[in-house]
Amino acid sequence: MKGDAALAAHAHTVKRYRGLMDWLTTVDHKKIGILYLIAGGLFFLIGGLEAILIRIQLIKPMNNFVSADTFNELITMHGTTMIFLAAMPLLFALMNAVIPLQIGARDVAFPFLNALGFWTFFFGGLLLNISWFTGHVPDAGWTSYVPLASPTYSEGAGVDYYVLGLQIAGIGTLLGGINFMATIINMRAPGMSFMRMPMFTWTIFITSALIVFAFPVLTVGLVALMFDRLFFANFFETAAGGSGVLWEHIFWVFGHPEVYILILPAFGIISEVVSTFSRKRLFGYSSMVFATVLIAFLGFMVWAHHMFTTGLGPVANALFSIATMLIAVPTGIKIFNWLFTLWGGSIRFTAASLFGIGFIPTFVMGGVTGVMLASAPADYQYHDTYFVVAHFHYVIVGGLMFGIFAGMFYWWPKMFGRLLNETLGKITFFTFFIGFHLTFFVQHFLGLLGMPRRVWTYLDGQGLNGMNLISTIGAILMGIATIVMLINIAVTSLKRPNAANDPWEDGRTLEWSIPSPPPEYNFKQIPLVRGYDAWWKEKMEGKKAMTPAEPPGPIHMPSPSILPFVMSVGLFISGFGFIYDKLFLAIGGLAVTLICMLLRSVFDDHGFHIEEHEQEKGVTA
Amino acid sequence: MSTHQHAEGQLPHEPEKATLEGRNKILGFWLFLGAETALFGTLFSAFLALRHNIGDGPSPQHLFELPMVFAATMILLTSSLMSVFAVQAMHRHKVKEMVGWLIATIVLGLAFLGLEIYEFNTYVSEGHKMTTSAFSSSFYTLVGFHGAHVAFGVLWIGLLILQIFKKGLTVVTAPKIYVSAIYWHFIDVVWVFIFTVVYLMGKVG
Repeated sequence: MKGDAALAAHAHTVKRYRGLMDWLTTVDHKKIGILYLIAGGLFFLIGGLEAILIRIQLIKPMNNFVSADTFNELITMHGTTMIFLAAMPLLFALMNAVIPLQIGARDVAFPFLNALGFWTFFFGGLLLNISWFTGHVPDAGWTSYVPLASPTYSEGAGVDYYVLGLQIAGIGTLLGGINFMATIINMRAPGMSFMRMPMFTWTIFITSALIVFAFPVLTVGLVALMFDRLFFANFFETAAGGSGVLWEHIFWVFGHPEVYILILPAFGIISEVVSTFSRKRLFGYSSMVFATVLIAFLGFMVWAHHMFTTGLGPVANALFSIATMLIAVPTGIKIFNWLFTLWGGSIRFTAASLFGIGFIPTFVMGGVTGVMLASAPADYQYHDTYFVVAHFHYVIVGGLMFGIFAGMFYWWPKMFGRLLNETLGKITFFTFFIGFHLTFFVQHFLGLLGMPRRVWTYLDGQGLNGMNLISTIGAILMGIATIVMLINIAVTSLKRPNAANDPWEDGRTLEWSIPSPPPEYNFKQIPLVRGYDAWWKEKMEGKKAMTPAEPPGPIHMPSPSILPFVMSVGLFISGFGFIYDKLFLAIGGLAVTLICMLLRSVFDDHGFHIEEHEQEKGVTA
Repeated sequence: MSTHQHAEGQLPHEPEKATLEGRNKILGFWLFLGAETALFGTLFSAFLALRHNIGDGPSPQHLFELPMVFAATMILLTSSLMSVFAVQAMHRHKVKEMVGWLIATIVLGLAFLGLEIYEFNTYVSEGHKMTTSAFSSSFYTLVGFHGAHVAFGVLWIGLLILQIFKKGLTVVTAPKIYVSAIYWHFIDVVWVFIFTVVYLMGKVG
């Protein structure tokens, strides 16, 4: 029996798929990264379209472009889509594409779970967005506050789509968090100690830890809201002793770490890009690591700054106010470290580094308004106005999206073997940068003038018209920038793959020591890491390749599997069953998922080996 | 390279940690339990926030019968001890002994579940339903989540026993046994908190 198993592992009996089936069954982190990029990009376009519609509605006072109801649906879906289905998957795309390469590993710790995480995210997002076609769209805001989101005030299936769509997508995120933590702890190449890890790897490590401890809180919140809505429980029903403030606490205990889950990876990307294109070691590496950990730690104890006007009392408000302001300290450390990295560097202005450099002042502006909002008495004035909208778009678009753009331009050749067009890239940067500041800078002042957020229109003669017009023009510019980016991607994908191993020539980390795109097994021989910026160190000593840490030999690979896809379809069907009270569908869908789990447990994955003679010629560690 | 070549007699002392896959699985599972801690922590918080809001329903002092809950607690604690013995037997490569302890584990787990179902049934007949009050909703959600974890654990360990019969103890099956034991201890620890926070605190006010 066991001899057979060993034989099966060495013989090439494993079915390898082609075409569509290859993508549905893949467990390769590089392909899963591309899947995340496509799906996240698609949801980014949907969310962006919703944003444009919102801005068209607000282009002039008393506009009738969309109805008030539709406007509520648009803002809810825009926020939910952008946070959960666009920003996070795009980050997951980059971390899948890059992290195993940066730590010198052949794959993540759990390739199967990685695929499962992608498919549950995808089907959760699909479930949420199908609501547009069923006519029941979530419309209680992305925070879904009760009692507005309670069955009394949100009849129909709208909020149910929010609850179940996010629940399913959240499973995928949690699996990803666990997977990347385990990968970074257990799979680093020999010699790569924690304090030699690239900054992007460090931020993903910390972000994954935040995911592991924050997402289950959202899970419970969504379960409680689902029980209230579907099974008439009383978590948030005040008449039966429930508490609306409880939802606010649960949501923000998750929601605030979520903000750092989003921004920390962007910090990591910016660190890599700034360092590479300044041709300098990252300034203050260890203080960067320390600042990242500190931000994550503080990120868990500031949630109530979203609730200053809830009425928690002056003591609570004061404590959360001070804790929030404290976060400015490690963030400031990071800003100065980037500036000192740039200082005296021989800077190359590529599209990636432009986004990186544009990030710094933009994010500082978002940080400054953050400290303003952290002051509880002042927050009573800013609360629920466009000032808040301006603030969080400065940190999420100006911070995170700039980071994602920088990362896409930077790692595109590693993911696809082709360099994006630099001219089109620079057009994207300048259009997006100008459009972004046009859209959101004026919104600070709209807020200070008292324009409330989440309201579908405004009256004439209040001094709001001009700035709203400017804001809408800016949004259209950002839309144009996105279209230029899509053209860039289309043009680039028609070209022949031309990227060298180290296309920027100044690559510092391990991913630039292997071909673009890397072979299925990444490293023919696992490299030996001899210091921080491992690849740069070897290059400076005149070496053309990393020193291998193992002799060449057959490489063991995990088998592809369709089960992650089927499991996610099961959850998707089950979600529908719960939304429309069809118990057999709900249970049937869950049964499909559980049966797949059983199959996965019973049938061992022996994987297969890529023998030495099948490995690519000339590919060395 | 292959993880399947070890014959039974040549298994290392801790077969669960013999391969990178095994070590990954154990680490990943600990991280998963970290997430579970946050999950139950939130359920406990919600329960603590709502437990005094009993509405028109019966009070916890009236509902809870400590002797039965104490018996359930003892059963689950003993069950956890059985899974310790199972892992110790695994380290000594005594497969039959290990399976025996695992069977004892799930039998006690089933006894616990039976008591819990009986308990919930009694409560419902006394007018303490999911929809009665905020207290009842958060009670059933917290204790029910725990119960669902026990039920899942029973099915899981049951499946592992069948796998041991079919595949024997190998460096592939050993990590599965090991993580299921960690899982079982975790559920046990959660129950200790439920016993304290829900039942004892409910009884004294």
